[in-house]
Amino acid sequence: MDTATAPAPPARGKAGQSRPTGHRHAFATRLWHWSNAVTLAVMLMSGLMIFNAHPRLYWGHYGANPDPAWLDWSGGDGIPFPGWITLPSFYSLADARLWHLAFAWLFAALVAGYLLWGLLSGHLRRRIVPGRAEFAPGHLLREVADHARLRFPPGAAARRYNTLQKLSYGAVLLVLLPGMVLTGLGMSPAIDAGFPVLVDLLGGRQSARSLHFIGMALLALFFAAHIAMVLLSGPLDQLRAMITGGRSVTDKEKQP
Amino acid sequence: MIVSRRRLLGMGAAGAGGLLLGGCDALNADPAVRETLGHAEGLTMRAQRLLVGQALAREFREADMSPVFRANGSISVEDPAYRALAARGFADWQLRVDGLVQRPLALPLSAIRTMPQREQITRHDCVEGWSAIGKWQGPQLSAVLAMAGLLPAARYVVFHCADRMEGRPYYESIDLIDAFHPQTILAWRMNGQALPIAHGAPLRLRVERQLGYKHAKFVMRIELRDSLAGLYGGKGGSWEDARGYQWYAGI
Repeated sequence: MDTATAPAPPARGKAGQSRPTGHRHAFATRLWHWSNAVTLAVMLMSGLMIFNAHPRLYWGHYGANPDPAWLDWSGGDGIPFPGWITLPSFYSLADARLWHLAFAWLFAALVAGYLLWGLLSGHLRRRIVPGRAEFAPGHLLREVADHARLRFPPGAAARRYNTLQKLSYGAVLLVLLPGMVLTGLGMSPAIDAGFPVLVDLLGGRQSARSLHFIGMALLALFFAAHIAMVLLSGPLDQLRAMITGGRSVTDKEKQP
Repeated sequence: MIVSRRRLLGMGAAGAGGLLLGGCDALNADPAVRETLGHAEGLTMRAQRLLVGQALAREFREADMSPVFRANGSISVEDPAYRALAARGFADWQLRVDGLVQRPLALPLSAIRTMPQREQITRHDCVEGWSAIGKWQGPQLSAVLAMAGLLPAARYVVFHCADRMEGRPYYESIDLIDAFHPQTILAWRMNGQALPIAHGAPLRLRVERQLGYKHAKFVMRIELRDSLAGLYGGKGGSWEDARGYQWYAGI
């Protein structure tokens, strides 16, 4: 770490807001990012094994083999997801549930904790919610074009998330991740008894299962795009920034 | 040898990936890891019971029922004694209720049919992920337990069944909270007809709010116990013993 640019202790600004330090990523963001990465990996791999137990998806309250499925991967050996991507790698619904239902607690706590921190610290408002000007068609088109040409902003602009980042991070944080918790709970027969409004809003238990699966697919898609963007925009700097917080970008701006 | 940072990072990532894949199954097999993960079951049970209380599972209309209710798990029984009972329409069958009770019972099907009945159209959720909605009818388990009278030490209700799983007699168990829930019934009718053998004739447990493997079929005997230890594998059910499924199946 370059001590020369080490930030002064964060001075408290207006109520509950910490003044931006020299770090690109707040400590809470880094801590959450990595614990969430591990948790999501376990949830994904054990979840795919659970899906293997009944690789058909339905809409509505009920759905089983005699009923029409909107997605049916039960052909072949009937086990769509191979061992290298499931937890455990051999077929075991019981073991997958052991992991999935334990890490679900961690996952939900991490999502709730980070959202709460994001709200209270102003992080969500300052860094995730796009400003009105960012929605201007010209601005959005330029960002899309920049992304397509893999042109990433240098210097100070890299300290802020661009609009496409804000929109995708916002969708993941505020919709997809809480949605995975809610659709997961919607599949629990006990929770459905206590909170029938949840399963009704989701359209029934089988719809909740379908939405849980679609949410997983969207998160996997986000993960792929996220990794691609990190690899294309200087993976070492990006990784270091997400581990140490990153050095102050002002240094770079001084470079020719 | 000079290794660039970039290359080192790549090697690290590849190594971590390999460790992750090989390590997952090793972690999965580690008894300490499994014990730690297993604590979530008790946490889930306490949290759900706190949040849900004695709430009833959703009851549906006839129009909501599955056109075909999938039969799953044991769908027939090999036991010759059971087959003889089935051949006579279970006329000689009796449900035994014993263990920690004041009055051990032997109830013929006719007695079960003439007790006060509960009918409910509920959703059956299999641990595999599918659901089916069907109509069930029978006396509440609480009424049968009241006839027998529990002794003070009774904590668990164990269902001994006529079918077998991996060479052992099938059994399941619930605690008194679920046993006395109003929707916990001993169903002898399904979808308006006598319970078919594939669905557990002559009598199966309905413990709504838990997953399908808890709903014991072909029930022959109900035993009240103070503990599940010492009974078969000690985990409270055939699937729990043989495959490691959670005893509490509310999620």
